[in-house]
Amino acid sequence: MSVIPFLGYAIDLLAVLLLALGLKGLSKVRSARSANGLAALAMGLAVAGLLLQEQPDALAWLWIVLGSLVGGGLGWLMARRVAMTAMPETVALFNGCGGMASLLVALAVALFGDGSADMVELVSVVISVFVGAITFSGSIVAMGKLQGWLGTPAWTQSQVRHGVNIAIALAALVGALAVPGNPAGSALWLLVVASTLLGIGVTLPIGGADMPVVISLLNSYSGVAAAAAGFVVGSQLLIVAGAMVGAAGLILTQVMCTAMNRSLVSVLFGGALGGSAHVGGGGDEAGYSHIVSCSAEECAMALETAERVVFVPGYGLAVAQAQHALRELSKLLEAKGAEVSYAIHPVAGRMPGHMNVLLAEADVPYEQLVEMDTINPEFPRTDVVIVLGANDVVNPDAKNDPQSPLFGMPVLEVDQARQVFVVKRSMGAGYAGIKNALFELPQTAMVFGDAKAVLQQLCSEVRSAG
Amino acid sequence: MSSLNEALWVLLLGSLLGLELIGKVPPTLHTPLMSGANAISGITILASLSLISQAQGNQPLLLLGAISLGFALFNVVGGFLVTDRMLAMFGRKKSGAGR
Repeated sequence: MSVIPFLGYAIDLLAVLLLALGLKGLSKVRSARSANGLAALAMGLAVAGLLLQEQPDALAWLWIVLGSLVGGGLGWLMARRVAMTAMPETVALFNGCGGMASLLVALAVALFGDGSADMVELVSVVISVFVGAITFSGSIVAMGKLQGWLGTPAWTQSQVRHGVNIAIALAALVGALAVPGNPAGSALWLLVVASTLLGIGVTLPIGGADMPVVISLLNSYSGVAAAAAGFVVGSQLLIVAGAMVGAAGLILTQVMCTAMNRSLVSVLFGGALGGSAHVGGGGDEAGYSHIVSCSAEECAMALETAERVVFVPGYGLAVAQAQHALRELSKLLEAKGAEVSYAIHPVAGRMPGHMNVLLAEADVPYEQLVEMDTINPEFPRTDVVIVLGANDVVNPDAKNDPQSPLFGMPVLEVDQARQVFVVKRSMGAGYAGIKNALFELPQTAMVFGDAKAVLQQLCSEVRSAG
Repeated sequence: MSSLNEALWVLLLGSLLGLELIGKVPPTLHTPLMSGANAISGITILASLSLISQAQGNQPLLLLGAISLGFALFNVVGGFLVTDRMLAMFGRKKSGAGR
């Protein structure tokens, strides 16, 4: 036995070990960054080990270099250029491409293989096509919804969709059963089309607020697709890595569901939060009575006397790119002796942890970011709360109104504070399309305007007063 | 595949490992972890690479293999870099607070 297969085997084992350590390290704040590097190193090792064992010829090398340059280059560009606010849709896009890769490998084996594929490989091809296509189309739909390119069409909220999806799933099953008999036949295309449609049909009815859970689940699927591709090409390393990511993705999905107080079943099959009655209510002022609006000057006056200020940042803040203005205002207030903190809801932003990333970008000190469970008891002794582009996560109906679609979701209890200012563009509904009872409370005042402009105005008011 | 039996054991143990690896995750890390795990799922590059290596001059296999390699590598490179960008911010903030 030559030394090369043995060396390749050793490299594979090392790669698996490093991947596992990387995945583990990613779940701890302290080690996360080096763990990410470790996982990337493991991936490089795995590639080196594979190339060592496979010994591709010159022609193969040409195609490998070509594919790597295009794919890797685009990935590099995208990762450099993309804004932090667009992170969720970016992850969705990357994930969809991973699914597409598994799908293409399986298709290539089925269509152009040398016909030597045994039953195990054919079944793996079917699984890889099915899961890969769902991952791809589902991720692209998720990306489109997060980008705002796709809405939640009203017809997708009717119960008929379950029937349609079941019919599509049956079509996929028919195709799947026929593929092993005739891998390159029309059954394969039935499977591809039906799986793609199923990914769309299942993802489209899900509301934007639940998208993070969906992306996490699709991420788990792409692990499964990779494991299936491992069976297709006979790579144990691929099987173990795919299975690992698939299982870990499932756990992460569960953790996220818990943070949002949603069950996975209700996310997947329950339709959009808020239901059709509320959807599309953006810009609708009719639902509100006794709203008090005030100017930035009045808000600044309240801030000047406040001893304890809490900011509640939401996605609207990130869209307005107002993190830096917010940081400046909080520095001014701290200079005046006020105690400033930021209340971070677990799902603030578009994805759990998204807001932490955005505020970190603006150099907000880590200690000032306070998680929901810690800050909720503090609200009664808070003088001023400023809600910036957050909506559903501060809705008191989630605690008080059993009829509300949000009921049961843990929220930031800002209604306990002495004074609340809500900075908002208009009276439009929140991301989930639900009316917010906070806006009508006597201690609440609305400051209408772009978050960045309002914050800059507040900064100059506070500065000139001091 | 040397044997189906062996491969299924690998699948089972890999899944169990994945279930155990992530226990408690602070919400701060949900986004980076998802993005990091997503990059790892781009390990399909291995399937694309062996497909190309074993193509023996079969043009459609080479072409499909290269396209799938491109998609997978887009996932891997983009995923790891984006995760690093996010995590770098946490690091910078921490050292800033220490001063």
